[in-house]
Amino acid sequence: MFNQNLKLNTKLFDADVERTSIRKGFGEGLVLAADNDKNVVGLCADLNESSQMHLFAKKYPLRFVQVGVAEQNLVTVASGMAAMGKIPFTSSYAMFSPGRNWEQIRTTIAYNDRPVKIVGSHTGVSVGPDGGTHQAIEDIALIRVLPNMIVLSPCDAIEAKKATLEAAKINKPVYIRLAREKTPIITTEDTPFEIGKAQVFFNPPMTAQVGIVATGALIHNAILAAQNFSQKGIAVKVLNVSSIRPLDFEAIINLAKETGAIVSVEEHQVVGGLGSAVAEVLVQNHPVPMELIGIHDKFGQSGTPLELIEHYGMGVSSIEKAIERVMGRKN
Amino acid sequence: MLQLTDEKIKWMEGKAGEIRQSIIQMLVEAGSGHSAGPLGMADIFTALYFFILKHDPTNPMWGDRDRLVLSNGHICPVYYATLAHAGYFKLEELMTLRKFGTRLQGHPHREYLEFLETSSGPLGSGLSQAIGMCLADKMDNGKYSPKQFYCLLSDGELDEGNTWEAVMLGAKEQLQNLTVIIDRNNIQIEGNTEDIMPLEPLEQKLKAFNWHTQVIDGHDFKQIVDAVLHAQAVSGMPSVIIANNIPGKGVSFMEGDYRWHGKPPSKEEGDKALEEIRNKK
Repeated sequence: MFNQNLKLNTKLFDADVERTSIRKGFGEGLVLAADNDKNVVGLCADLNESSQMHLFAKKYPLRFVQVGVAEQNLVTVASGMAAMGKIPFTSSYAMFSPGRNWEQIRTTIAYNDRPVKIVGSHTGVSVGPDGGTHQAIEDIALIRVLPNMIVLSPCDAIEAKKATLEAAKINKPVYIRLAREKTPIITTEDTPFEIGKAQVFFNPPMTAQVGIVATGALIHNAILAAQNFSQKGIAVKVLNVSSIRPLDFEAIINLAKETGAIVSVEEHQVVGGLGSAVAEVLVQNHPVPMELIGIHDKFGQSGTPLELIEHYGMGVSSIEKAIERVMGRKN
Repeated sequence: MLQLTDEKIKWMEGKAGEIRQSIIQMLVEAGSGHSAGPLGMADIFTALYFFILKHDPTNPMWGDRDRLVLSNGHICPVYYATLAHAGYFKLEELMTLRKFGTRLQGHPHREYLEFLETSSGPLGSGLSQAIGMCLADKMDNGKYSPKQFYCLLSDGELDEGNTWEAVMLGAKEQLQNLTVIIDRNNIQIEGNTEDIMPLEPLEQKLKAFNWHTQVIDGHDFKQIVDAVLHAQAVSGMPSVIIANNIPGKGVSFMEGDYRWHGKPPSKEEGDKALEEIRNKK
């Protein structure tokens, strides 16, 4: 059922599945990208260790720029460096970049089509105790409306590493969405990764009745929910979307055609995020009933990641209820 | 840079007059756009493109060119007019300003005119970009790189926090190849700068941020060139030249009046302005 063509982590269903933070994958990936290309430079706004850029800064101090707590400057300086042939990676919390500096990203990076990589860490309510000010749940909406921008939302640390390496190679602006908390390792080093391609991670042998489209670490909850349904004899397929822009239209349309019902899962406002992006594709190509799992018009708050995921309706049981609801809406 | 002779100064004064005429003609034809800032900066643009900058209009993307970032994109009529007079494109194209399909967008967009160093319009981001360019060059070529980096700022955009973030970084990184020229014309869209948001004592502020400062008359070619030469000789810190400019310079009924910040002359006003500028030659 687990799509082993993709060489996923077989220990995914174990209670002691390995957990690593998605941001750590970025930190390791950036060092590798810098090893590969001397034009890779890093800029940070006083959140080096939090965003895991410190690994790069330590190895390549002369290619690292510390701009201080100044996110507007962070991305505009990066734009200037890109104009001179550099491949700048900027990192901060997503709440501040692209949260605070959105117009600077729009004008100096997207409008200019400069290959700056904007890395936003600490997304979702699972940031936890820091509370709502530091939990970015609007970043996908903000960034995916920008022409020229590529938007990547890896599901685990290994995918984050690959996303970082791919971002360095592509001569376009890229946003990479990271998260703070340690989350299950879903993929392996051998799992393929391609910008613009979605992948079916959970694929029951019988005809699927519902398709889940998920992004980020919540893919784990989506797979657990699908697994529970398959044990009841109801097939639910799970598509991992780590490339939100460009979006894999074909995979999403095919899933809707096959299942006739879609549930989107993301740790983000349901307005403007992955669910919206999927709905935009489906209403124009193959409309089917859809349920959206995510945050519904609320800000986050303090708590443990687990408490908050459950409170805002993104736990396994919430996804299961959404599956039932969407099945009930099929013809 | 060559020797600045009296003859060259006289020639540049004439060229600046031609550029001012183009600005008036463009704005009348476009029916919208900014008048005061472009006219006020015509002398500095002339000095830059006809004497100071290392550039090649026949090879705009020449890798070793000096870089000039125009931060306050709304004064682009003077930028476009200077580029045309310098040979980057034909003078006729100036009449397409702000029209559908033009390369000369209302605010500069490098997707349409690829040899612009950046797109601009939203204020406060240009200095950061110039710093990024200079930093990248310093990483590759060291602090004695032959390339010079220039950034043109308006005084109004010093209200923007982003500008001061950049000011701090420029000093921290000791970017001695960076020269900033502030168009100190004392006006912004809704009034005089000192009424909207006081900037003074501006020179002392910049000095306190560890920048090398000079204050000049922005309509005196000798002062412009000398200040840039002096700025290039400064080591270990970036330089800023505060150019005292008259907004609307060359057109008596526009000079010093903030109401000409963001509007074009009518046909009649344009004719009057052209006559004044021609008579000054």
